[in-house]
Amino acid sequence: MPVTVLIPTPLRQYTGKKESVVVEAKTVAEALQSLTAEYADLRRHLFTDDGKLRNFVNVYLGDEDIRFLQKDQTPLNDKDVLSIVPSIAGGEDLHCICK
Amino acid sequence: MGLSIRQNEIDAIRGHGARDYPNECCGILLGHADDGRKQVVEAVSLRNLRTVPEEAQKLLPLESPGRESERNRFLIDPREQMRVEKDARARGLDVVGYYHSHPDHPARPSNYDREHAWPWYSYLILSVAKGEPADLTSWVLAEHRGQFDPEPVEVL
Repeated sequence: MPVTVLIPTPLRQYTGKKESVVVEAKTVAEALQSLTAEYADLRRHLFTDDGKLRNFVNVYLGDEDIRFLQKDQTPLNDKDVLSIVPSIAGGEDLHCICK
Repeated sequence: MGLSIRQNEIDAIRGHGARDYPNECCGILLGHADDGRKQVVEAVSLRNLRTVPEEAQKLLPLESPGRESERNRFLIDPREQMRVEKDARARGLDVVGYYHSHPDHPARPSNYDREHAWPWYSYLILSVAKGEPADLTSWVLAEHRGQFDPEPVEVL
């Protein structure tokens, strides 16, 4: 069934500038597989070398983090919207937290 | 490459950094990108999720919570990020980058910043010295991820 994947700005350089991509999938895993089969350069930004979703990549089904659903086995319904949300974190160097 | 931003937005970021001192503040930069040049239209302040450790730890655990806290770490709540991004898209704006503060530290990216950075985005860093906003710099992660390159900022 067709689902829409929303692509964040830094990754659009790998999807021919597309903001969203429609793929055929029954689970989140299938959706990400078909997305990266179509746009191979995306793969290294979403997955580690052993095929796991990177820590810094959040995937949301609607407003729900798939980690708190059934992870990549979360089932999808017709016209669902998946969002790839880059984890945004940072902070100071730790070697001098002396003030 | 380069980033242009209005003085109003810079003042808002500086005010946010001073207000949240001694914690790190963070926010999102909305605007337009064209051929590698970015224009910030609006800087939206967001909550540093590290101020809610039990939630932040579920999303991106800290390696040494004894030494790391909201005073030297920030994390943007992905739900707020999605909400702001959705609202921005409806107004024809894109997320072009993020800002955060370094309380009592220079406005230079740390290793931790680099390890957690994404390519393409602009990362504005504001140094806040003893509560007073100081230097503001912008950085873009190099394609090979090995370093941040400084990005020229044009104030409109």
